[in-house]
Amino acid sequence: MSDWLGRQIPKILLAPTFLAVLVFVYGFIAWTAWISFTRSRLMPQYEIDGVIQYERLFAAPRWDTAMNNLYVFGTLFIVIAMVLGLALAILLDQHIRAEGALRTIYLYPMALSMIVTGTAWKWILNPGLGIEAMVRGWGFESFSFGWLVDPDKAIYTIVLAAIWQSSGFVMALFLAGLRSVDGEIIKAAQVDGIPTWRIYTAIIIPSMAPIFLSAFIVLAHLAIKSFDLVIALTGGGPGYATDLPATYMYAMAFSRGDLGQAASSAMIMMSVVFAIVVPYLYSELRAKHD
Amino acid sequence: MAPILEIRNVTKNFGTTEILKGINVAIEPGEFLVLVGPSGCGKSTLLNCIAGLEETSGGEILIGGRDMTHVSPKDRNIAMVFQSYALYPTMSVAKNITFGMKVRGVDPATQERKLKEVAAQLQIEHLLNRRPAQLSGGQRQRVAMGRALVRDPALFLFDEPLSNLDAKLRVEMRSEIKKLHARLGTSMVYVTHDQIEAMTLASKIVVMKGGVIQQIGTPSEIYNRPANVFVADFMGSPAMNLIPAKARANGGETRLEIARAGEPPLVLDHAAPAGLPEDVILGLRPEDIAEAGFRSGQQVQTVDCRIDMVEPAGADTFVVSEMGGKQVTARLHAETRARAGEHLPLSFDLGKASFFDPASGDRLN
Amino acid sequence: MTDQAFSDTLPRAGAGQSRALRIGLRWTLYAVLILFALFYLMPLFVMVTTSLKSLEEIRTGSLVALPRAVTFDAWAKAWSGACTGIQCEGVRPYFWNSVVLAVPAVAISTFIGAVNGYIIAHWQFRGANLFFALLLFGCFIPFQVVLLPMARLLGILGLAGTIQGLIMVHVIYGLGFTTLFFRNYYVTIPQELVRAAKIDGAGFFRIFWSIFLPLSLPIIVVTVIWQFTQIWNDFLFGVSFSQAGSQPITVALNNIVNSTTGVKEYNVDMAAAIIAALPTLLVYIIAGKYFIRGLTAGSVKG
Ligand SMILES: Nc1ncnc2c1ncn2[C@@H]1O[C@H](COP(=O)(O)OP(=O)(O)O)[C@@H](O)[C@H]1O
Ligand SMILES: [Mg+2]
Repeated sequence: MSDWLGRQIPKILLAPTFLAVLVFVYGFIAWTAWISFTRSRLMPQYEIDGVIQYERLFAAPRWDTAMNNLYVFGTLFIVIAMVLGLALAILLDQHIRAEGALRTIYLYPMALSMIVTGTAWKWILNPGLGIEAMVRGWGFESFSFGWLVDPDKAIYTIVLAAIWQSSGFVMALFLAGLRSVDGEIIKAAQVDGIPTWRIYTAIIIPSMAPIFLSAFIVLAHLAIKSFDLVIALTGGGPGYATDLPATYMYAMAFSRGDLGQAASSAMIMMSVVFAIVVPYLYSELRAKHD
Repeated sequence: MAPILEIRNVTKNFGTTEILKGINVAIEPGEFLVLVGPSGCGKSTLLNCIAGLEETSGGEILIGGRDMTHVSPKDRNIAMVFQSYALYPTMSVAKNITFGMKVRGVDPATQERKLKEVAAQLQIEHLLNRRPAQLSGGQRQRVAMGRALVRDPALFLFDEPLSNLDAKLRVEMRSEIKKLHARLGTSMVYVTHDQIEAMTLASKIVVMKGGVIQQIGTPSEIYNRPANVFVADFMGSPAMNLIPAKARANGGETRLEIARAGEPPLVLDHAAPAGLPEDVILGLRPEDIAEAGFRSGQQVQTVDCRIDMVEPAGADTFVVSEMGGKQVTARLHAETRARAGEHLPLSFDLGKASFFDPASGDRLN
Repeated sequence: MTDQAFSDTLPRAGAGQSRALRIGLRWTLYAVLILFALFYLMPLFVMVTTSLKSLEEIRTGSLVALPRAVTFDAWAKAWSGACTGIQCEGVRPYFWNSVVLAVPAVAISTFIGAVNGYIIAHWQFRGANLFFALLLFGCFIPFQVVLLPMARLLGILGLAGTIQGLIMVHVIYGLGFTTLFFRNYYVTIPQELVRAAKIDGAGFFRIFWSIFLPLSLPIIVVTVIWQFTQIWNDFLFGVSFSQAGSQPITVALNNIVNSTTGVKEYNVDMAAAIIAALPTLLVYIIAGKYFIRGLTAGSVKG
């Protein structure tokens, strides 16, 4: 009897987490999904009423802007952060004397809250007193740099701040990858007289495919969830010019009192995340089983 | 006397794969049983079932006459030494050895006394305050043994305890384990994939393959009368020669013919027992093929053979000759006059021969 | 000069040329690296210098100029006088809110994660893998998808707008990662160690307490840092589930910066931002190695 109890201990201890995940993750997703098929406004209603919320969502110009912004922001952010991260990693890999210090400097933004990052860049990019004023002070009177308040350009300021925050992290990932490449292969290539850049392009970088994949997943995930940075840097403005799905959802849920729209936009966000992450996790879990 | 360990029809599945397929073994008190077989054949799984670390899927396990099939490891009156030694990394050597007693609530004075005893036995007194990371491989091995010894169990289980040591240390520890067994007289089950370890340590050997026992016997039975071609091939180094041959009745006798490429067939008269099928496999150990004149006896026959290769190995010289499409190895004296490419008369001691069925691989004589 | 000497110089001339090239490349390399270092440091530099300037100097001086007269007025105001809407108590109460929120949330989620990881890594039972997969997928959900039901649940439990409610939220959604961290660490501890301990008579808790916990310091540090950074820097849960009085510092900072009352005090904004960033920055500076390990462990699932 006590033996039986002993064998059940692991299950008993895991049960609360199991239930929590079941309820707070999957149950809540189900609840949100349900609400997204109702006519809920300020208060949730539970009568299913088809895909009306999704129709409203896709008809809303603001959502259109948000998805468009996500596309622009996501693409630029992921591509530039990866390229910059890889470049910095390769440069740092050249037996740099102050590597430790430089690494620390490149990576520290990752320790900051997006709100802090947004606050800092908002100040730097502010046209009246920031970079624009500084360059004009240097004598370039006609210099103008008003991206932050330009509805067409404001999204790029978010790209800039996001890259500033995250590229050091990508650098750290790639640097770890570079360091884990089998040293003997590189030595063999050096003995064969293969130039350094060819060693990188032909041997090292191809062997880092899994790291590219993880970096991509992490960045894509960051991009889709981006919320704080937009709030702090542009507040979604000017107008709705820098709205992202996350800010749209928040606005619907907490300021507009439109639960149906909030739920349906959240479901779309989740679908996008899962479209990217599920195949990745699935292959990871599969690989581990074999 | 009642067997100290009895394994009846034990099966073990992991998911749908059957790892152990009906194992039956019994060990008398004081016996040293070695489980030997290639990697992945289920030796560790069987040992873990004996220890209670894995649930069996079927069958029974009796230790000291009691059914222990569903008893937890700590109540089976066993001790176990693992391949990786499994020393607790954050505990000192002394704590490693006394941890089991502490868990069981043995009083500190007894713990101390037993620790001293065992440390003296294994000559590790000077290591007691070190951490496992500060020990050499051989020292870790001793500590792992110490942890098992303080238990005074009815049965010791060893899972390839020497396979992480270098060759020299392995031979040393092997003889220490043998001495230990002689001194304690406790029954042991010892798993290894090394057939030399098996031969030197065991009072009884169990040869396993693919979760099935191939043969149980004393080292000499296993070596001289292997039950099938797998055992013949696995035990002994270099391996037993397994030569395809034709058995032909010749009057009251049976004569063996072995085809050779580019040479007349090798014919051995009065070679085989009666009643063999026509196609057989002749099993002959390298030491049972000698240079002419070095071996005599009723069943020794000498035949001219072409030598393809000569491999001096210090005390012996191995020569290889092609027979029946196989590279047949003979163990000759170091100062043999064999030369590659030349012919040499070789004596075959057919009194030692084993015969196997080519289809089933089972022993025929 | 002899022929001998001449024939010696030829290859050396070539070597000299490539050495010059190499040194040039090396300088370029360092120049590029330092340029990027400046790019990453610039915002921090601007924040610090701005926070030490007077408003007057900010209006007349350059963004990147050092302060002519250093003043800590902005810091004092940010700490205890800045307005987050109608209240003007500075970030101090919100800083403590974040502390009171982060400490228990980090401790609880780390502890539960350790036990979970231990079970998943070494006490496999049927369904454990499925559970782990469910947990792993849960790590990736965008939290927007749980925001609405969680707000309702907190309301039902009477925890809406309380710090306890926020602690609960952070513990629940932190469990995925803490479990993952510990599980990935514990699977590297050999199974044979557990087996040896079982034979020694140790049970579930004994093995955890005597063998796993003493080995766990590195992963505890990684997990605590990760959780602390996540929770301290969180904004979404903070802004969704708190109300005036229980807000964490990120929310207060955002309110200060975006408060529309009175003149825009950039120096106070910057001082408040630095105060909000200080704890995680300190952690990063003190235990950067573990911070990075957490980041990479959180991204490269193993
Ligand atoms: N926990 C497990 N789950 C699934 N398969 C296992 C497990 N443990 C062992 N096996 C499989 O069982 C077979 C026998 O393993 P083992 O008993 O360790 O062999 P060995 O004879 O080398 O000690 C191997 O094929 C192994 O892959
Ligand atoms: Mg094994």
